[in-house]
Amino acid sequence: MTATTSTSAAPATPAPLVDATRDDASLRRFLLGLPGVDQVGVEQRAAGLGTRSIKKDAKRWAIDTAISMVDLTTLEGADTQGKVRALAAKAVRPDPERQDTPRVAAVCVYPDMVATAVEALQGSGVHVASVATGFPAGRTSREIKLADTKIAVDAGAHEVDMVIDRGAFLEGRYMAVFEEIQAIKAACGDAHLKVILETGELATYDNVRRASWLALLAGGDFIKTSTGKVSPAATLPVTHIMLQAVHDWHVTTGELRGVKPAGGIRTTKDAIKYLVAVHEVAGEPWLTPDLFRFGASSLLNDLLLQRRTQVDGHYSGPDYVTVD
Amino acid sequence: MPVFEYAPAPESRAIANLKDSYKPFVNGEFVDGSGEPLKTVNPATEEVLAEVGTASKSDVDIAVKAARKAYTSVWSKMPGTERAKYLFRIARLIQERSRELAVLESLDNGKPIKESRDSDVPTAAAHFFYHAGWADKLAYAGYGPDPRPLGVAGQIIPWNFPLLMLAWKIAPALATGNTVVLKPAETTPLTALVFAEICQQAELPPGVVNILPGAGDIGASIVEHTDIDKIAFTGSTEVGKAIQRQVAGTAKKLTLELGGKAANIVFEDAPLDQAVEGIVNGIFFNQGHVCCAGSRLLVQESVAEEVLEKLRYRVSTLRIGDPLDKNTDIGAINSAEQLAKIRGLVESGDAEGAQRWTSPCPVPDRGFFFAPTVFANVQQSMRIAREEIFGPVLSVLTFRTPDEAVAKANNTPYGLSAGIWTEKGSRILWMANQLRAGVVWANTFNRFDPAAPFGGYQESGFGREGGRTGLEAYLSV
Repeated sequence: MTATTSTSAAPATPAPLVDATRDDASLRRFLLGLPGVDQVGVEQRAAGLGTRSIKKDAKRWAIDTAISMVDLTTLEGADTQGKVRALAAKAVRPDPERQDTPRVAAVCVYPDMVATAVEALQGSGVHVASVATGFPAGRTSREIKLADTKIAVDAGAHEVDMVIDRGAFLEGRYMAVFEEIQAIKAACGDAHLKVILETGELATYDNVRRASWLALLAGGDFIKTSTGKVSPAATLPVTHIMLQAVHDWHVTTGELRGVKPAGGIRTTKDAIKYLVAVHEVAGEPWLTPDLFRFGASSLLNDLLLQRRTQVDGHYSGPDYVTVD
Repeated sequence: MPVFEYAPAPESRAIANLKDSYKPFVNGEFVDGSGEPLKTVNPATEEVLAEVGTASKSDVDIAVKAARKAYTSVWSKMPGTERAKYLFRIARLIQERSRELAVLESLDNGKPIKESRDSDVPTAAAHFFYHAGWADKLAYAGYGPDPRPLGVAGQIIPWNFPLLMLAWKIAPALATGNTVVLKPAETTPLTALVFAEICQQAELPPGVVNILPGAGDIGASIVEHTDIDKIAFTGSTEVGKAIQRQVAGTAKKLTLELGGKAANIVFEDAPLDQAVEGIVNGIFFNQGHVCCAGSRLLVQESVAEEVLEKLRYRVSTLRIGDPLDKNTDIGAINSAEQLAKIRGLVESGDAEGAQRWTSPCPVPDRGFFFAPTVFANVQQSMRIAREEIFGPVLSVLTFRTPDEAVAKANNTPYGLSAGIWTEKGSRILWMANQLRAGVVWANTFNRFDPAAPFGGYQESGFGREGGRTGLEAYLSV
């Protein structure tokens, strides 16, 4: 199953929502007219879902599914080709001693590392995702953002993770944000576009809902919580609101779009809480790497450890998974 | 086959320390009641859990005498600081034995373990902690410099929140210096008798708390006993009226907490997704066995379709099944009798032309279960809009203006609770002033706190429980 059809031009807004993006005023009215989010209510619901008890077969299934949804990420100034190759090897064979371990969904790097990653992952089925558009702040000109995207795509990235202009969003210039996402989407060509909202900077749940719809309207294939460089990064309530947005988007337009929480998800226990939310908030169709990803680095090793514990019946310890 | 099938995650039944037989608790000891023993049933499996000795009329008399003696010789004389210590001790013991109490409650009542574990038992402990704090501060409660207790309180509680209703009754009575004769519901006596063990563990003086299992006739014997000073009853409006007739013309003080048919009112500017959560929590919490359940959804016509669509999706994710499974959202209906009553009212809804939708979730073939049900196109004149169903059945009505919402919400002989959903603060305050309901929740539902008074208007009863106001029911003021 693919998330959406891909086109090289900016995608058309689905018919039921065509009025929403007619002009600046319409877009503004649409976004401000979305139902509000009650903070206490959404946090209570997210915490309630967190008490689901996932055991035995369900846990094994959840661990393997989570592994297959990981975007294994390295986004450091200190990244080297060696580091990226090590990560690529890990992505293809996460647990060398357990060949039945699923491979991860993608490796996520900066644009200048895309070529290295593409070469290392050739033929493996693991995608290469690249951050772009002046990640993580995005405080640069449209030309540079487009060029940044083009570099990534030309080097062979299958997926582009862009950041929105939070400044423009907070100023209420929604159309500027919208047009920029559309322009980047067009520059992506066949590559899938993930739109990073950086929810930690949007601050309110109402803003998260508006930014989610804005990104979906502009053609984002995925909406992603965070860059991982701002705290708080992904949280359950924020992801909950984004899952509701893609669910409602599907109800309205019939299209399936994805969600990617990123940053701060480090344990299997946390990952399973997210999967429960995907299952019960968005729905069963979203339980696939095509529509849900974890942006993470250290999470994978905990998933592998817990996978061994489930299979072997005892805990093995951190020395039995590879440190890359 | 679902993609993500949650494996069963049941809490161990052994934690409940279930015994073969239980006995009434009188004057600090477990005694053989002279009534006919009853068998309490697990509503999720229809299996007998235990045999429970019951009281007879003469046992009521013995218990009241014990309570009177404890009142005059010990409890009413004891300084509040000392009474508080016992209440704190009981509160801590409830916490220490919380898992045992939660599992036992779910076995006997049928409610899901996540509710008995996260709501019933912690709130019961909270009531004892809260009232322990009042015991030595009654002079500052606003009822004069030295408010006096009433004497012996006869208390009769329902089956929907067995331990929690016990806490609502016993904690304020003891804090204010009264002694107690309490009758738990016929179908759910077990946690009350474990509470009796806790009273022994806490070394509560004999006779301060007496617990007499039995049927309605024992409740009636308590109500008519001449040496009881105060009756507190939570249960059906029908029985409440009978009690009030019986108590009329006597010196007994009375508080009644009866039925309800609460309106949960959703305006078009509400946070809709959270309103849906509140609607679900309002009517499906505890299988809808809640006197303050939001059983009438009043939704503004302009968003009715959208809300119903979201609601049906959300309700279809509710998991019905084994109450001991930690992932169960909706447990068993407490008794075959209650299940029959729910079915009867649902049939009347069909017959009167409301549009029924039932969650497609799988329902166990054994035990008393009823799938979550939502009736759309309900009119004020239908039985399902007027009568308390006391089950997981929601009636949805629509309104056009705030005035109409108020008129429809208040158009009921009941008046226990109401919910308002809107992001407009001024409308919340305006509505809360118009609604004739004892509790009005804004952008939430079914939230309880020992500091918040709870009680009703009209046929929902009178008197308040909880908070400073709740103390009045047990003080001579």
